[in-house]
Amino acid sequence: MSRDNLIISDNDTDVQVDFPAEDQTSQEDNAHENKRRRKADGKERKKRAIKTGRASSIEDTEEHTQKHNRKRNGSKNHKHDKEKDQAKKYQNNKEEEGEIKRKAAKSKKNLKNEQTKKKEQDSEKSGTKKRSKEKKRKDSAEKDTKEKEKAKKKKKVIETSSEPESSEEENEEEEEEEDVVRPETLTPEELEKLKEAVEDRKKLIQGLRGKPWPMKKKLVTLKESQMFVEKYEGALGKGKGRKFYAYKVMMTKKWLKFKRDFENFKTACIPWEMKIKEIESHFGSSVASYFLFLRWMYGINMILFGLTFGLVMVPEALMGHPYGSLPRKTVPRPEEGSAMDFAVLWDFGVSRFLKGYAQYSVLFYGYYNNQRAIGWLKYRLPLSYFLVGVGTVAYSYMVVIRTMARNANEGGIGDDNSFNFSWKTFTSWDYLIGNPETADNKFASITTSFKEAILEEQESRKDDNIHLTRFLRVLANFLVLCCLAGSGYLIYFVVRRSQKFTLDGLENHSWWERNEVNMVMSLLGMFCPMLFDVISSLENYHPRVALQWQLGRIFALFLGNLYTFIIALMDEINVKREEEKIVRYNITMWEASLYNGTLSENSTAPPITVHPADVPRGPCWETMVGQEFVRLIISDTMTTYITLLIGDFFRAVLVRFLNYCWCWDLEAGFPSYSEFDVSGNVLGLIFNQGMIWMGAFYAPCLPALNVLRLHVSMYLQCWAVMCCNVPQERVFKASGSNNFYMAMLLVILFLSTLPAIYTIVSIPPSFDCGPFSGKNRMFDVIQETLESDFPAWFGKVFSYASNPGLVLPFILLMVLAIYYLQSTSKSYKQANMELKKKLQTQNEENKKKNKKAALKAAMDLEEARKAATQAAQLQAKHKPPSQQYENIEWDHEQRRYHRRDVRHQPTRGSRPPHHQEATGHLPGAPAQPRMHRSSNVPKH
Amino acid sequence: MGTTASQLGKELLSEYQELTFLTKQEILLAHKRFTELLTREEKDIPNVRVPMERILTLPELKSNPFRKRICYVFSTSEHKDGSLTFEDFLDLLSAFSDSATMEIKSHYAFRIFDFDDDGTLDSDDLQKLVNCLTGETDDTQLTFEEMKQLISNILEESDIDKDGTVNLSEFQHVISRSPDFVSSFKIVL
Repeated sequence: MSRDNLIISDNDTDVQVDFPAEDQTSQEDNAHENKRRRKADGKERKKRAIKTGRASSIEDTEEHTQKHNRKRNGSKNHKHDKEKDQAKKYQNNKEEEGEIKRKAAKSKKNLKNEQTKKKEQDSEKSGTKKRSKEKKRKDSAEKDTKEKEKAKKKKKVIETSSEPESSEEENEEEEEEEDVVRPETLTPEELEKLKEAVEDRKKLIQGLRGKPWPMKKKLVTLKESQMFVEKYEGALGKGKGRKFYAYKVMMTKKWLKFKRDFENFKTACIPWEMKIKEIESHFGSSVASYFLFLRWMYGINMILFGLTFGLVMVPEALMGHPYGSLPRKTVPRPEEGSAMDFAVLWDFGVSRFLKGYAQYSVLFYGYYNNQRAIGWLKYRLPLSYFLVGVGTVAYSYMVVIRTMARNANEGGIGDDNSFNFSWKTFTSWDYLIGNPETADNKFASITTSFKEAILEEQESRKDDNIHLTRFLRVLANFLVLCCLAGSGYLIYFVVRRSQKFTLDGLENHSWWERNEVNMVMSLLGMFCPMLFDVISSLENYHPRVALQWQLGRIFALFLGNLYTFIIALMDEINVKREEEKIVRYNITMWEASLYNGTLSENSTAPPITVHPADVPRGPCWETMVGQEFVRLIISDTMTTYITLLIGDFFRAVLVRFLNYCWCWDLEAGFPSYSEFDVSGNVLGLIFNQGMIWMGAFYAPCLPALNVLRLHVSMYLQCWAVMCCNVPQERVFKASGSNNFYMAMLLVILFLSTLPAIYTIVSIPPSFDCGPFSGKNRMFDVIQETLESDFPAWFGKVFSYASNPGLVLPFILLMVLAIYYLQSTSKSYKQANMELKKKLQTQNEENKKKNKKAALKAAMDLEEARKAATQAAQLQAKHKPPSQQYENIEWDHEQRRYHRRDVRHQPTRGSRPPHHQEATGHLPGAPAQPRMHRSSNVPKH
Repeated sequence: MGTTASQLGKELLSEYQELTFLTKQEILLAHKRFTELLTREEKDIPNVRVPMERILTLPELKSNPFRKRICYVFSTSEHKDGSLTFEDFLDLLSAFSDSATMEIKSHYAFRIFDFDDDGTLDSDDLQKLVNCLTGETDDTQLTFEEMKQLISNILEESDIDKDGTVNLSEFQHVISRSPDFVSSFKIVL
């Protein structure tokens, strides 16, 4: 098949769009008819083979090929590029098959037979040539057919409607099937070809689902191809050395089936898939994106939990010294009485004086022993504790960055703004929306987006009173800053006050005073965003911009609160360390007194064993930090759930039931139902995760706690959304925001690892608790391991590698690499832009060319038609009535042609009917310009 | 094709899996949902067509402004009445499924938007499309001026060969750059 033809068929792909129902039925009919005819064909050929090559039969075949060709030209092919390549291959195959056939025939049939076949092939080839010509000069082809028609005097109605492209393939199939009967006669090369054909078929089967055909056609093609493949594979498998091939084929089949089953299994295994899909179909993709994010977070936390649980908590619990064997693993005597008290457990040891069992368990840093290797495995617990702490952070970085990169890849192409309006029209509807209310909101938001875009385009924005807006914006920002500063100070104040309370002893204070810090933080997190929302109405921003500002402010608020909290914690750490010094001094005194006392009474008795609960101990600031974070997380979770219940559920219940006896419409009016606040929830989730990252080093239980929290909130929020929320009015797109969330997560990750790293690096660990006690710094554990567990040379190499002379150049190299990569990406971007420009100019040029070509072709056609009609008239004058019949027949046919063209013309994407008149194009303009056009438009 | 109304044959099921972007569970679910639409008498007839009105009662399609177009596009009925067989229904779900390719999604999207079935999106098609998107109520409809402006803008952007209409390849060109077409062109049962 010539390239031109291919392109044309490509163009016809576009055409197929239009008359689905009609075409499909006619195609089916055609397919049947074709089959019948082909069978007849085959029989005829065989007969011919037995007879000799008579001229008439040759003509006959020519006639047939002609007809086929024409049909093919007129046919509307569904297939895509791939298919076309395949078709090309098939064409090649076909010729080769022909050769094969010839060779096979040589042995059995006589020479005449071969001649016929050669002629047949020649005629076929000429047919192909004609076919390509035909496209350019349809009129000549028409003449040809007319002559043929006359010569044959056949009264077959020529089909003008379409025929599936597979006709050709089927043809070959038949030919190939003839070969299959005797696979032994094939040479290895031919076998290879055959295998290729089989592979092609397989590819076709695999690509079938990606074709926009109706199911019936796909089924037919699938069955045909499968039959073909089976037949061939059977034939190929018959040979002695081909067992391996057959085996391979069988295995691939099994593998495919397994893969499919596995895929099914995998989708069945994804947790909450159905739940999220249900939400998706009710509220659209933006709400669902929150839940997807939640699920993603859950996955990450599961892994973090697995790391800490498997590598730190379980080994310590199983192999370390049991509870009560060491002072750090025992509840001190003064606290023993209240240790099992639920309130105490609940508070996770609110003060230094009241500590529950939770504090003296694997859940917190202080419980771990500094023994270098524990148990029969010689498990290096302190080392693994340190490495897990580093590993969780490293893993989180890796995952977040990788996800960001993947998201950027997916949506990266969408950053150019050249198709603003088209995207708004073509892609703004969310087909998942299944809820009428959501649909209404979506209608409204689409309308506003259209109106905004139009306004922006016109640039007729009235900027009256710009000074007022400016003033208001400055004022709003000032107010927000005040809010932020106020909330920061409030937190600082509260933390300081709570320290005073703890010094006084907590029993003397109320519940509020004990939990002041967390409550204040949660309340601030709840009410400040509302305040910001009110303030932002001053600014008169575009809603999207306003949303960004809002998000930014909430982010700043959370961050500010978190950092104030950390600074206050630092203060507390310093206080504790002061205290530690005193305790240490006291302990030496205590020990001395202990020994003094015993020595004076009985010098021979073994040293008195003091019950570990009685040993005085330091304040252990690490555990304190861990506790603070745990408390923060718990109170945060509680507030989230309670707001969910009160703000959403009770509000919904009240609105629903009070509406019957209220003076205004509650559902439509003021309280109404609450919306699901995607951005707020996402921010909450992100900050929660930030706290986990910060505190996980000092409280290994945090990831576990977070997994629990996420699990519960998945169910709770799913339920709350479905039961008491209405879809948002301000719908913003899921894909655009995904990476925004990720970016925030990354920032939070960075900011939350900073203080953790700072404390690890710069503050010496407590002397009597935790895995690093007795060391100068926590990271000394690495050095210790290097010195004692690795050969000496390793330590030397490490010390060389870590000296600044090597590290600095390495960092420099990395910076350079980053710079290089960035500049290359910039240049790629530029090249992209250039190419885009080029494409546009080329399109313009091609368009001009096409116009010219179309005009010329139209003229040609017109002339030819005139000539034809003249000839027809002449003939009509001179011919007897018997021949006039044919003339009518031909006229009829020509008319058909016209009709077809008229019908096809607009479908080819060139012009709608009313344009045709205007531009003076004839309805029967040939396909040439179209084929250019189709090659113009870049495919993606 | 041997589709019994109550149960899908094993072979057929695997063929459907081969030919669509759906998983086994999804096909079975689709079958269940489809048979729920049938009346009792129809359940025994193989290859039964469900009229469009009944298809549109599905909650997934109910609030879609393009629901009728979707039915027309996927229907293989001779009468162009938008009625669907089970296979048409599977075609629909496959095109709207998660894993369907951008190519097939954009192809069907184009056919859905092509209201007069002439193979191009001309200004009438675009106008109808915009009206569908903005809803039927008067307060959301665009004014005539706005509509004109909008359509000329759309054509300016996506009509690459400047023939006054958007054809399939131009449409696919535009769509393929859109960041959220694939994620929003989805229908899940």
